[in-house]
Amino acid sequence: MSVETKQINCINCPLGCLLTIELTDGKVTNVTGNTCPRGEKYGHQEMTNPQRMLTSSVRVENGFLPLLPVVSKSTLPKGKILACAEALRDVVVKAPVKTGDIIVSNILGLGVDIIASRDMEKQ
Amino acid sequence: MAEQLYDIIIVGGGPAGLSAAYSAWQNGAKKILVLERDREAGGILQQCIHNGFGLHHFKEELTGPGYAQRCYDLVKDKPEIEILVDTMVLSVNDDKSVTAVNPKKGLIKVQGKTIILTMGCRERTRGAIRIPGYRPAGIFTAGAAQRMVNMEGYLPGKKIVILGSGDIGLIMARRMSLEGCKVQAVLEICPFSNGLTRNMVQCLYDYDIPLYLSHTITAIHGKDRVNGITAAKVDDHMKPIPGTEFDIDCDTLLLSVGLIPENELSRGLGLAMHPLTNGPIVDQHRETSIPGIFAAGNVVHVHDLVDFVSEEAEIAGKYAAIKATGKLPDSVADVTVDAIDQVRTCVPQHVRATADGETIRLFMRVRKPMDKVRLTVKSGEEVLLTKVLPVAKPSEMIAVNVPADKAKGHHDEWTVSVKEEEA
Amino acid sequence: MTKQADVVVIGGGITGTAVLHELAKYNLRAVLLEREPELAAGTTKANSAILHAGFDAPAGSMKARMNVEGNAMYHELKDQLDLDIRWSGSFVAAVDDEQMAVLQDLKKRGEENGVPGLEIWDGAKVHEKEPNLSKDVKGALWAPTAGICWPFGMACAFAENAVINGAEVLRECEVKHIIVENGAVKAVETNQGTIETKYVINAAGVHADEISKLAGDDSFTIHPRKGEYILFDKTAQKDLVYTPIFPTPTKMGKGILVCPTTHGNVFVGPDAQDMDDDCKEDTAVTIPGMDEILSKSRHLVPNIPVGATITEFAGVRAVSSTGDFILGPSQMTKGLIQAAGIQSPGLTSAPAIAKYLVDPIVKATGASWKQDYKPGRPAQPCFRTMAAADQNALIAKDSRYGRVICRCETITEGEIVDAIHRPVGARTVDGVKRRTRAGMGRCQGGFCGPRVTQILSRELHIPITEVRKEMCNSYMFYNKETKSGGKA
Repeated sequence: MSVETKQINCINCPLGCLLTIELTDGKVTNVTGNTCPRGEKYGHQEMTNPQRMLTSSVRVENGFLPLLPVVSKSTLPKGKILACAEALRDVVVKAPVKTGDIIVSNILGLGVDIIASRDMEKQ
Repeated sequence: MAEQLYDIIIVGGGPAGLSAAYSAWQNGAKKILVLERDREAGGILQQCIHNGFGLHHFKEELTGPGYAQRCYDLVKDKPEIEILVDTMVLSVNDDKSVTAVNPKKGLIKVQGKTIILTMGCRERTRGAIRIPGYRPAGIFTAGAAQRMVNMEGYLPGKKIVILGSGDIGLIMARRMSLEGCKVQAVLEICPFSNGLTRNMVQCLYDYDIPLYLSHTITAIHGKDRVNGITAAKVDDHMKPIPGTEFDIDCDTLLLSVGLIPENELSRGLGLAMHPLTNGPIVDQHRETSIPGIFAAGNVVHVHDLVDFVSEEAEIAGKYAAIKATGKLPDSVADVTVDAIDQVRTCVPQHVRATADGETIRLFMRVRKPMDKVRLTVKSGEEVLLTKVLPVAKPSEMIAVNVPADKAKGHHDEWTVSVKEEEA
Repeated sequence: MTKQADVVVIGGGITGTAVLHELAKYNLRAVLLEREPELAAGTTKANSAILHAGFDAPAGSMKARMNVEGNAMYHELKDQLDLDIRWSGSFVAAVDDEQMAVLQDLKKRGEENGVPGLEIWDGAKVHEKEPNLSKDVKGALWAPTAGICWPFGMACAFAENAVINGAEVLRECEVKHIIVENGAVKAVETNQGTIETKYVINAAGVHADEISKLAGDDSFTIHPRKGEYILFDKTAQKDLVYTPIFPTPTKMGKGILVCPTTHGNVFVGPDAQDMDDDCKEDTAVTIPGMDEILSKSRHLVPNIPVGATITEFAGVRAVSSTGDFILGPSQMTKGLIQAAGIQSPGLTSAPAIAKYLVDPIVKATGASWKQDYKPGRPAQPCFRTMAAADQNALIAKDSRYGRVICRCETITEGEIVDAIHRPVGARTVDGVKRRTRAGMGRCQGGFCGPRVTQILSRELHIPITEVRKEMCNSYMFYNKETKSGGKA
């Protein structure tokens, strides 16, 4: 049985708690240093399947502004973030758009939608 | 030029201005005018397309534009609130008249019963930090580059070096990586980062971007366009150490070297200013040295969280509304709030104590990063509040409440102290 | 493409543009060639911006003569061309008896040169006018005819007037060869074609020796001497000075001054760094340079408000191997007219140099005065200094004057559009900046730079990616890359 500890910072909120993660044979057995339950969850996830939110902007046709900011509806696998960002560079939407409208559904088949993070009126 | 009379005129339609407007409306102001110089309200948030906003204020994680949308949705379509965009305020006067200009209406002269200054802040530039070298194209403040990338759809360059590890610099390091650019390095003259820890993790570590602490730029190369920089390690006095220089290949230098409250109008008004915050001196209601003129948000002191900006603006909006529509409670004493020990700045800088007392919210910044500190608020020798914090960093503002019952009657000078706890 | 001209002027700095302005008064086909996208891209844009009274140069030198004549001419040109000049006067400050004695020598020399009104003031009188000066200052030489100016604007004004009178300005035009036949100038070959001409006026600044060599005259060389400057925010003027203050000169030169600009900023500088001959374009600022000018300027004003710094810059001056201006016909090539070695007081001398060089050409060619010569130039609206009623009238006529683009200096979109469409209009972000002041304030274009880029793109009908900062290849922005290769 091998026990090791790792220290990582939680990124859920600006507090950035320093988590101490105990791994036994590669499996998370204990998370300390967190101030809220989200920290514990983050510690587990970061060791097994790290996830990140993605934000970017896509081109708008006929919009009040040339670009529309977008955000992933939930987190995506960290390793897929760059590929998703690249895919979004080719996306064009038509104004008007409302906050929360789906801009790309199920991006790269990862089961997560990309949604508008603000309204975009027509020009 | 018909002069219209408003209960409150708000200068700046960013998160502070919009939050102040909403709070003023909630507190009974009937005629509120917001003047915004950009093409739409929302301020700098519109270009901060990343997430991480709103956890305190809206109890959910939003993007910058999402946060702006929330603030805007609260004030739009309210007949009591008028928002003029594309409108630049030229002067604010101590009689609470405001002159502005707008392409459709020309010069605008309006009169307020009260005024709230919410102009935000601007970025420190190359000149202010004296970087040697040429003056080619390819040097941008991080915020200017952010607007071009996120709102206009152009890149400032392909191979990037970022000077300064403030949050905007870190966020731009990630943004440029996501846009397919190569971020060569982030250089920070301090021995510690000036950004939030979460941004270090998800903006630098995630993308394997090297961070050089205690480093600065000693030369910018390239006559027409940047084609490289020379970096060097600095000593304890932040002076480059000869012999430690090395070159970094890049076509772009982004500067994230600090923010300065935008106080040209405040200075024009002759408001009393604080030398360390670079903002107006305010009381607990965010009223400045000129009665009836309030200020809130980054114009008072630079925040790291927009949530705190909104919170502070709501205080200003509330008391400006009370003042415009009636009367603020009489003050029985004017009590100075002094930042001491490891506290560098504290806002408000003074409290106009009332007979009944009220909860006083204090926002402060410390001088250096520390583990395990004790924060103490005293009036004279009497302790009003004391607590231990696990960490304190200059980059993260600390906010505490002194409850009304504690604040009441304590009219000796207040001191706000942070000290490292003995091990 | 071949075109014909009577006179080709090489170099669009203050000397070249002043010459073009003088030529345009006559029925002569005059063409000015400038290598960069904007005029005044070399020494003219980065110097002390002083119209000297004329007591520095030794009596009998070209420098002394042109300085005093040029200064007098600017007093008339200011109104004719709406030049940005303030006749501030200037001081040379002395801190000990030895320096006070030098002031007497300077005064005597100035009087020999024909400088009017020179006076020696005692310390009390100097401090009354400039209270922030060091208490060590015991007295000063007061030169009432000295002034401060905006050199870039003056070069533009000269060129604008010349162009509305039929002269031509070719920018981004690089001289490749000068064709000389039978010892006389025949044509100038450029990247934009060949121009046949009998006269070439060489006003190529630090490169004047190279141009001269192209035309077969290697009788002199030009050495670059760099000077660095630090500029302070307008809010700091109250802690500094309202008049140019020179230290007492030494054999090393005029020294580091503390000096206001016509826009209400104050700068300190320049130092004097003799550079290698291959460093004619070296305008990099350096740590030793900045440290030196700060420490030396403190001898004049002890409390320099370092925190109010808004920018640093450097210029390269053209120092000739003869030590004086080199003016007039080449002894080696017929038709080549030199205006070389134009270092200080070149700015002050420019109109006098122009007249000195153009008069003989007029005489030799028999060119007549233009009957329909138009003095002046199109008015340049300046929103921030207008009365409210005029501001409203302007906005009513063109709503873009109601949109403020540069918030530090209160510059409107209307003024920026005007700067782009004027004769010899702005092509670059810095061209807009130097014509309007948009981007010249405390945020140094951080806020308005991208907006000015967009206006340039729209008005010049070029993509954003082709807008430049200043120099030929100083592109500002790139397109985003997409997977499909298309432009997002």
